[in-house]
Amino acid sequence: MASGNGMRVRERVGEAADAFRASPFWESMFRPGSPFKRGYSDSPRNRSYVIMNNVLYHLHPVKVKRHAVRLSYTLCLGGLSFFLFILLTITGIFLMFYYRPTAPAAYIDVEALSTSVAFGSLVRNLHRWGAHLMVLTVFLHMSRVFYHGAYKPPREFNWVVGVVLLLLTLLLSFTGYLLPWDQLALWAVTVGTNMAGFTPMFGNQVKFALLGGIEVTGNTLLRFYVLHVLFLPFVIVIFMAVHFWRVRKDGGISGPL
Amino acid sequence: MAQIPEHLLRRSAEAKAKALGVPVEQVLAEMRGEAPSPPAAPPAAPTSPPPAPAAPPPPAAPPAPAPSPPPPPVSEAAAPEPPPPPEPETSAPGPEAAVATETPEVAPAAAPPPVSDNGGGATQVTLRPVAPPEEVPEGVRPQRLLTVVKAKAIQQVKATPTDKVNTWPHLMIAEFSALMVITAVLIVLSVILQAPLLELANFNATPNPSKAPWYFLGLQELLSYYDPQIAGVIIPTITGLLGFMAIPYVDRNPSTKPSDRKFAIMLFTLFLTGSATLTLLGTLFRGPGFNFTYPWADGIWFDDLKDWVHFE
Repeated sequence: MASGNGMRVRERVGEAADAFRASPFWESMFRPGSPFKRGYSDSPRNRSYVIMNNVLYHLHPVKVKRHAVRLSYTLCLGGLSFFLFILLTITGIFLMFYYRPTAPAAYIDVEALSTSVAFGSLVRNLHRWGAHLMVLTVFLHMSRVFYHGAYKPPREFNWVVGVVLLLLTLLLSFTGYLLPWDQLALWAVTVGTNMAGFTPMFGNQVKFALLGGIEVTGNTLLRFYVLHVLFLPFVIVIFMAVHFWRVRKDGGISGPL
Repeated sequence: MAQIPEHLLRRSAEAKAKALGVPVEQVLAEMRGEAPSPPAAPPAAPTSPPPAPAAPPPPAAPPAPAPSPPPPPVSEAAAPEPPPPPEPETSAPGPEAAVATETPEVAPAAAPPPVSDNGGGATQVTLRPVAPPEEVPEGVRPQRLLTVVKAKAIQQVKATPTDKVNTWPHLMIAEFSALMVITAVLIVLSVILQAPLLELANFNATPNPSKAPWYFLGLQELLSYYDPQIAGVIIPTITGLLGFMAIPYVDRNPSTKPSDRKFAIMLFTLFLTGSATLTLLGTLFRGPGFNFTYPWADGIWFDDLKDWVHFE
């Protein structure tokens, strides 16, 4: 009796799901060739459509060189850097809900995040280790590209864009380093900005502009915060767009050797 | 030229063999350059019959009593240029009339020379006689072969064939797997290892040593050897940033083969090992006062690892 009812409920749910998938709304939601559409079949045409008709996937060409699919060629380092950037954006937005970039509040907020916010500690750890990992993957990606000679014509300019991306990654990581406002953050940034102060001729001006004062203060915290959550991500996204676009326009991935 | 994969070559050969009606092996051998051009498939005119000495007649006027010589032998077919047309005196009106019918007799002499296209094969441009054709006997009308335009494909494919696979699923699967693995690794790492949070920032308590983030520790290590302007600014911006951007414009060696670019690889490897050594030195082997310590003797002075490396 009960199991019969259960069967009936399951059937009804299944029927409702089928009806929904047949509805004009569902049909309109996906472009042709989507695997989520009814009656998807694995044909060469649909394999192309899956890439062409998806806003994210169409970063990729429909077809790639066979050697490029081998994991040992790229080690996925560029893709992983991009993925880590997305992961850091998502976890960073989460952290922004609980963080105030002022000298009295910042440290308390980070402490509270670790102790009294659901998953707060996990998300903060993800953000921090993910950032360290991104510095590493971007650097290793650059090394991979060098060893493959993939910066040679026609890809010279994309290498330049990539060096800018490495610099922006380091700056993003460095500006984020100050935000917990603990001893580690304060003195690491003091050491880092002291280095910038050794710039010939206008060293003091560079240091002043970075710090918003003559030493690390609450002004510096606000400055680094805006750089970290708004300005540098904005710039890096533009450079990433150019970088990915040039990969396609310069003939796809390099090689084989 | 890039090596054409075997299966692509074979597919192409099959298509060509089907179009020409010759065995696949023969075409395949020809494509590989192992055998000379087969007589049945001259490269210049693959789809047309061997060109006759004179332009073959259009379908409208079949030359029933065509006295043109029989289809030329093999050697002639292989040659891209057909021999000049026979002398008009020796030729019977057959092929002669055929060319004549193609252009109206009343066409003015200033009209562009008629182009007779014999089915995609060799195209002959003939010069029309200036004199009205009525005045000249049919058989002796002068004809001259100006040029032979070889038939070409409408599209010239310049790209060499490459072996490609569909991005979906082949690349997407690999990328998705890598993404899942890195997410899993990060989550496990984040559950096990707590991100450091030291005491509240205090301007009056300078930690000893004060260290920069790990990716700048190589530079901080350099700072202890050189003048700050050199180690802190000149080296990172001039050699680091601008030097790296200039690499593609300095290294003009076109080869990507590792055996051809030993010097470049050696330089980069030196840079990698050097920066890794400096970073490790700065991270693990520098203690209070940024003096040398041994991590196994005095512990690690690196606060990023403070909460999870307990070295006594």
